[in-house]
Amino acid sequence: MSKVTFSIGGVHPADAKIARAHATEVLPLPPTVWISMAQHLGAPATPVVAVGDKVKAGQVIGEPAGFISAFVHSSVSGTVKSIGPRKDIAGNPVNHIEIEVEGDEWAEGIDLSTDIVREIPSDRQFILDRIKANGVVGLGGATFPTHVKLSPPPGKVAECLILNGAECEPYLTSDFRILLERTEEIVIGAAIMRRVLGDCPCVIGIEDNKPEAIAAVREVLASGSYEGISVLPLKKMYPQGGEKQLIDAVMHRQVRSGGLPIDVGAVVQNVATSLAVYEAVQKNKPLVTNVLTVTGDCLDDAHLHNYLFRIGMPLSYIAQYAGGVPEGAAKIISGGPMMGKAIANLDATTVKGSSSLLYLSEKATRRHEAGYCIRCGRCADACPMGLEPFLLNRLYKADDLDGLIAASAQDCIECGCCLYSCPAYIPLLDFVRQAKGRAMGELRARAAAAKAAAEAAKASSSDNDKK
Amino acid sequence: MTDTVIWTIAIIAALGLVLSVILFLIAKKFRVEEDPRIDEIEKVMPGANCGGCGFAGCRAFADAAVKSGNPDSQFCPVGGNDVMKKVAAILGVEVKEKAPQVAVVRCNGTCEARPRVNEYDGAQSCRVKAALYSGDTMCPFGCLGCGDCVDACQFGAISMDPATGLPVVDDSKCTGCGACAKACPKHVIELRNKGPRGMRVFVSCINKDKGGIARKACANACIGCMKCTKVCAHDAITVTDNVAYIDFTKCKLCKKCVAECPTGAIHAVNFPILKPKPAAETPAPAEAIKKEVSNE
Repeated sequence: MSKVTFSIGGVHPADAKIARAHATEVLPLPPTVWISMAQHLGAPATPVVAVGDKVKAGQVIGEPAGFISAFVHSSVSGTVKSIGPRKDIAGNPVNHIEIEVEGDEWAEGIDLSTDIVREIPSDRQFILDRIKANGVVGLGGATFPTHVKLSPPPGKVAECLILNGAECEPYLTSDFRILLERTEEIVIGAAIMRRVLGDCPCVIGIEDNKPEAIAAVREVLASGSYEGISVLPLKKMYPQGGEKQLIDAVMHRQVRSGGLPIDVGAVVQNVATSLAVYEAVQKNKPLVTNVLTVTGDCLDDAHLHNYLFRIGMPLSYIAQYAGGVPEGAAKIISGGPMMGKAIANLDATTVKGSSSLLYLSEKATRRHEAGYCIRCGRCADACPMGLEPFLLNRLYKADDLDGLIAASAQDCIECGCCLYSCPAYIPLLDFVRQAKGRAMGELRARAAAAKAAAEAAKASSSDNDKK
Repeated sequence: MTDTVIWTIAIIAALGLVLSVILFLIAKKFRVEEDPRIDEIEKVMPGANCGGCGFAGCRAFADAAVKSGNPDSQFCPVGGNDVMKKVAAILGVEVKEKAPQVAVVRCNGTCEARPRVNEYDGAQSCRVKAALYSGDTMCPFGCLGCGDCVDACQFGAISMDPATGLPVVDDSKCTGCGACAKACPKHVIELRNKGPRGMRVFVSCINKDKGGIARKACANACIGCMKCTKVCAHDAITVTDNVAYIDFTKCKLCKKCVAECPTGAIHAVNFPILKPKPAAETPAPAEAIKKEVSNE
């Protein structure tokens, strides 16, 4: 058993990876898909097709609308039926493109064969262009555009590429399945990203509750054709898959408050992103598919699935195909039980970052009535960022902005360890998340004010110089 | 024994005298020069320190008024015109009168009109709820019903009506400080002119969805049908993003739009209830009468 993990905090929820033995199945195409324009962090994409247009799978239908934004491609071939707002899983209206599926024809230049392409292009810019053009975003949860993350700002050097195969969220098994089934492609993806980052070493971090995945990656690496890549088994601990926690576990370095991983020389990418990078660069295939787990404590073994889905498929369609919503399901969650979001609208569609359809029973999701804080400090012990959630909760309620900033509310990663560990069932995460928003907003406003003041000072000094 | 008592009293008295002299000298030396008018203005302020004027409290308001010398750009919503006149008198200037304002809840998605489609069991706070998702009804714009506005009100003017699940503003207590409007993450609450004898006409809906979608989510929603804009003789009503808005500076309280609205989204409050008139006059639709709330 591995002893390597991050240094502070963390909790041990039961891993419940009950869908681990179920091989990935390919979902058949639905009659209609709705493709969201906001599938990535940053500005939503701008639609570039019109109603009535014929599109092919892999064709660009949305263009990035800013520096932090990404291309969106059609996942099916067919006719554009409508473009307009449609409710996402949280019920908020987001621009979607509705496409009626006709056949399954792919755009030209996309290699759909299953042959593994091992020759890595040597041109760094060519690789980055392909990643950008194929709309690859981080699939670990935040959906940050990958080409931005792989281009460190000048002066910063990547010392280590960390591939995140921790999958520390209970229930989820999609990363585990692709680590088993598409091992070599993931390793090639890592080799490609290493090249972009200047041939820095790469570590694939996998929690030790997935020994099969560790063995599979070791076997591929044993062939000797992938230098500089190694596997690191990690001790099972939530939230190991958090970027900062993984850097701590692998490199024993801590990212300072407000800093980015690249400040300590780290770039973290999810294994699913690595697979998407492989497909984008070696096969020129846009990110239109991903793997999703259908799981939960109220499903029997026959109804657990890992599906390869196309983006834009309605969740209700997937639920129907998987055998309908099970009896006793009190909450349907997209993502893991710790950080995932309850789905308010099952008619919402899958996006690039969809990772699960999780049915949880009343017993597993029931919120207990909140009691009073007894100052036991369990939340502070559990917080992987070294914060004091009970204090943040109080400061938020007292609306003490300076106090919140001094107590580093802005560093919260919203992992939910505080809520999980609270014996009084105080909804700490809910309020700390609000506190984080307040603190971040205030810091941003202060930074903007400082910048404006500095510019004004500069302008007046240059005026004086002229005089 | 008596000696000890006398000595104790003498020492304490001497010590007190010396310290008081030191304090007096220090106070004289380090005195902060302050305009006496700040104190005067603070005295006439309501002293609620609610922040409704945009300053940190009544003293900050007074400080700013004295510094600028002209309180025209400031307004104390709690004290209203009376206090502003007194402030102006202290400063020796005149101020323009401002119409008193009141908080208006622009959502009438009651429990019957707006059915719940999911159950929310998180923290009972509108801001927390709004950050998580669009709410437990099909309407992503309306009131979330957790009562952040009730907590924000320092004057006890807002309460939640358990029958409708919506906040109710008590006109007589509301000072128009705007704390509730700031607390509402959905921006459902608006400050509007109080109107003569409290009479107001407003659209009690902010749903920007297209008519059909809005209607499906809530029976009382504004569907942007434009009927009210056609009937309005004063150009007070505009429809943008599928929702009507009545400009309270233009509205002449004729109530024609109230009768015209097919969903009853336009509310008229504090109008006297009309006595039924002879048959020659067309009676107002039942819906509109129902919405009329008497002040008495």
